Amino acid sequence: MSTEQTQQSFAESIPDRERIERPELGSADEPIIVCEDVHKWYGQFHVLRGVNMQVRKGEVVVIFGPSGSGKSTFIRCINRLEEHQKGRIIVDGIELSHDVRNIAAIRKEVGMVFQQFNLFPHLTVLQNITLGPIYVRKWDKQKAEEIAMQLLERVGIPEQAHKYPGQLSGGQQQRVAIARALAMQPKIMLFDEPTSALDPEMIKEVLEVMEELAASGMTMLVVTHEMGFARAVADTMYFFDQGQIVESGPPEQIFENPQEDRTKLFLSQILQH
Amino acid sequence: MTTLTPTKDVLPPPTERSTVLGWMKKNLFGSIGDSILTILGGAFLVWMIYTLIVWITTKAEWAVVTDNLQLFMKGQYPADADWRLWFLLFLLAVIVGLMWGIAIKRPTGAGWTLLIVPIVLAAWLFTLERSSWWRLLVIDVLAIIGYLLGKRYPSKLSRITYLLALLYMPIVILIVRGFGEDGFLFYVPTNLWGGLLLSLLLAIFAIVFSFPIGVLLALGRQSKLPAVKGLSVLYIELIRGVPLITLLFMGQLMLPLFLPAGITIDRVLRAIVAMIMFAAAYMAENVRGGLQSIPKGQYEAADAIGLSGWQKMVFIILPQALRAVIPVLVGQFIGLFKDTTLVALLGLLDLLGIARGVLANPNYIGRQLEVFTFIGLIYWVFSYGMSYGSQRLEAVLGVGER
Repeated sequence: MSTEQTQQSFAESIPDRERIERPELGSADEPIIVCEDVHKWYGQFHVLRGVNMQVRKGEVVVIFGPSGSGKSTFIRCINRLEEHQKGRIIVDGIELSHDVRNIAAIRKEVGMVFQQFNLFPHLTVLQNITLGPIYVRKWDKQKAEEIAMQLLERVGIPEQAHKYPGQLSGGQQQRVAIARALAMQPKIMLFDEPTSALDPEMIKEVLEVMEELAASGMTMLVVTHEMGFARAVADTMYFFDQGQIVESGPPEQIFENPQEDRTKLFLSQILQH
Repeated sequence: MTTLTPTKDVLPPPTERSTVLGWMKKNLFGSIGDSILTILGGAFLVWMIYTLIVWITTKAEWAVVTDNLQLFMKGQYPADADWRLWFLLFLLAVIVGLMWGIAIKRPTGAGWTLLIVPIVLAAWLFTLERSSWWRLLVIDVLAIIGYLLGKRYPSKLSRITYLLALLYMPIVILIVRGFGEDGFLFYVPTNLWGGLLLSLLLAIFAIVFSFPIGVLLALGRQSKLPAVKGLSVLYIELIRGVPLITLLFMGQLMLPLFLPAGITIDRVLRAIVAMIMFAAAYMAENVRGGLQSIPKGQYEAADAIGLSGWQKMVFIILPQALRAVIPVLVGQFIGLFKDTTLVALLGLLDLLGIARGVLANPNYIGRQLEVFTFIGLIYWVFSYGMSYGSQRLEAVLGVGER
């Protein structure tokens, strides 16, 4: 196939952003996440059809693709909210298996942020954040609360510590959710469409927190259609369709010279209107 | 072209301006038909209340109640052990006072009502020339002392208060039952327990024990382990398919057949166990309703921060699930309290059993109305108390605001 004829750039459709300064990535020889030929079925429906991915320490991965392509299912497999049925997933040297201790060990190291926030409505913001550190990490309450306050400071809402989630705006709730995940001091953060349930004016405040997190060197897997964010921080982008990785590469390549027709079609659908 | 209204001209919301007469004209006498209905209904209401008052004050003979007050309250419980029951009431007064001072910190309408009730009862007993009237006032005094202490030293007293509250039920059993042949806490066999004392003990034990069992059954029914799930479903469906009275009779009549000769289980205990088993099955289904109302995201979020299965249930799922079903659970508690009357059919002398016993006395022939009005009032007071308590609890826990 001749790339000359089909070359098509989407770079102009994305707000031009400066790349965010980030620490150097870990060595490619020692990836922190390894996925080999991951398959999953929902009944007869084959959701994931052989996904291979390696993520380096400190890498920011953006996963995008049409709805139903398996991208959310895939990142939920990484902390075992979903079970893969074939293939291997190794996180920070631990292979995900039926062994409950392995699952618990991996969940300690992997934080997750959900599309619907999923804060605990019966607990205050502070209690939401300190629950994991106190009962899973076994820190004493005072230490957990100090760290929680630092994190609330970092996501910009320390004054909301004693409110209940229902009293906060969507953007604030999502920032609390990020703080809650960070309180466990994870090595990896998973974001499952973190801005999709937000009103437009709140998306920015959440993205800023995520960009700051990326700048601090966190390993992040982000399912999102925020292409501006991807352009500014992603190291690698993966395009999912029908349970497979159709195309992957650094953002410049994906935006300026996508190789696959499906990628081009999808990008044109989400960017040009 | 229309123009936008400048913000300073924004209208205030319309205020409701209505007088009592205006309201009546609109709602009661809006049309001729309404007026006729209002007058007929009002006349009927006035007539009913009038007849009731006339009956209570002139026709009814309350001697059947006042003569047998002791029986209604405690059945055949020996008079020289009465002080134990008073002691338990005093202890309860102190605990409630302390908890009020520690947790609520201010007198409320409910608090005043709780204080006024013993005063009214004391006045009533005084007119009956009963010597125990002053003991009711002691209850108030102790409650107020507890309240003031709790308010003054909340941090110092909170631990011992909650410990006392937790130990109250075992203390009640120990003191009501007693032990040893004689001595100051001599053993009082359960066939002497009766009246309101027995009704309350049955209800409280059934509630306190069926609740945790019901929660466990509800969790068991949702379990992924087939054996646990199967047994829970079997238990729930089996018990729910049988009327409570059948269970009670089975406990009284069939259980002895299965036990080795020489071993007998107390009849009251058998009744309590039957009620606990029955209530637990219904409790389980109500709690399951609450569990199902919790969105999947809550489970996932708890998993994602690494909580274990039990931690997830105890800290995240159950608090929300139980809070959602408080009205249903309290409804069930009230039903359970009233269902304790069924033990009267087994020959146990609970409040209803005593009432039947009293009515069988030739001296009180034809006094059904007085007796049943009296015990009906007692049941209503406790049931309404529970209902009111649940409303307050819901308000405090903020059900519905999410």
